[in-house]
Amino acid sequence: MARSDSGALAADTQPGRTVLTSDEIARALRRMAHEVIERNKGIDDLVVLGIPTRGVALADRLASALTDVEGQPVAVGSLDVTMYRDDLRSQPTRAAHATQIPDSGIDDKTVVLVDDVLYSGRTVRAALDALGDLGRPKAVRLAVLVDRGHRDLPIRADHVGKNLPTAQSERVSVRLVEHDGTEDAVRIEDGAR
Amino acid sequence: MKHLLSAADLSRDETLSILDTARQMHEIQQRDVKKLPALRGRTVVNLFFEDSTRTRSSFEIAGKWLSADVINVSAKGSSVSKGESLRDTVLTVGAMGVDGMIIRHHASGAPLQVSQWVDASVINAGDGMHEHPTQALLDAYTMRERLGDLAGKHVAIVGDLTHSRVVRSNLMLLRTLGAQVTLVAPPTLMPSGITTWAGSDGFAVTYDLDATLPQVDALMMLRVQRERMSGGFFPTPREYTVGFGLTRDRLRTLPDHAVICHPGPMNRGLEIAADAADEGRSVILDQVSAGVAVRMSVLYHLLAGGES
Repeated sequence: MARSDSGALAADTQPGRTVLTSDEIARALRRMAHEVIERNKGIDDLVVLGIPTRGVALADRLASALTDVEGQPVAVGSLDVTMYRDDLRSQPTRAAHATQIPDSGIDDKTVVLVDDVLYSGRTVRAALDALGDLGRPKAVRLAVLVDRGHRDLPIRADHVGKNLPTAQSERVSVRLVEHDGTEDAVRIEDGAR
Repeated sequence: MKHLLSAADLSRDETLSILDTARQMHEIQQRDVKKLPALRGRTVVNLFFEDSTRTRSSFEIAGKWLSADVINVSAKGSSVSKGESLRDTVLTVGAMGVDGMIIRHHASGAPLQVSQWVDASVINAGDGMHEHPTQALLDAYTMRERLGDLAGKHVAIVGDLTHSRVVRSNLMLLRTLGAQVTLVAPPTLMPSGITTWAGSDGFAVTYDLDATLPQVDALMMLRVQRERMSGGFFPTPREYTVGFGLTRDRLRTLPDHAVICHPGPMNRGLEIAADAADEGRSVILDQVSAGVAVRMSVLYHLLAGGES
């Protein structure tokens, strides 16, 4: 698998195997940007919202790809869903992140939710609830870098970087330079390790 | 963290986590829909054995905005006025299956005692002249929003220290956050064993407000609690104002960046001049609005998560 020299050492010390390299992630985001533009016939009235933590960095990248293609800025923000999760009581208290909605708001806008991995769908359900408290978008679309399957809820993504069939015992880890300080990579690890 | 009984219970990380979450909660207050589902299905009871408007109503709003079911019980009009003991009252309420008890009581240590009787999480909403940890948290929140990180900042707490439960909680919390604290009061209102307060080393005590004012980043004026005084703490209100009130003249010696706090309710003209209470450096109304956000954050930290 192609891998840059600088990332080889760091990647080799990590468990599991790389399924998306830095270049492949960049290509996937560019393709998703074109899909979003085609689906919405441009980027007018579009709001891109990342779901913390890694969804925020991906939303920023998707927004800049949209801007590159269309030549005009796109509204981008973040949407924290911590308080809307249905597993709050089964976990230790989670820290809340910031929600930043562009000044234009989300009423009558097409909101593109961005997250790194789509798995059970519960995070997206929480995000839909959170959006409902902020306003009434005209439409909500979902863009994810990786769809690994195993949905618990009737939710599907509109734009997918890579469909990645996994076993439930496996772990998918997304590393992004903005968040993890290492080269971008999506890796899959055997859960039995 | 199951209970919040004292500001000393909070580590620096826990304190910062509560203050950071409070900032997210504060944003909710700007929204059209001020409601989060985090505490849906949880029941919180406000047990107020002593009068209060702002603390009780801010806890009530905080609980409701987090979707908890909130019940208010006050001593007046309840079985307490028929002679029921504190223990029987809280056991009765606890037997109804509440998840959180917010207790205000005139006896120092009552919330600690209650926490040993019931399974619910207990929050101290002010006990006697002892502690008021959520007030200290909202004071720290307000100062932090204006001044940034409080480590190394100089805070003066001025006034009736003997009868204040705010001062002890504030002192401990500000020390946890690394602030430098100076306590200023007339000798008659300076608690006798003040230098031995547990967990609150590294603070200064002075009787000289004028020498302290030019050095502070935040000034907290405390209310003169006339209802707790049996007389003889100072000759006349005028004399108190001259020595320890934040008058218009003193205001000029306060640095421009410094903020003025007051936990309220204020005695205008006694410990604080109307000019000082209403000017740009005053964050007194910010404190009230932060009260709801901070209490939401505390309720969230205590009641939302499962057993870790």
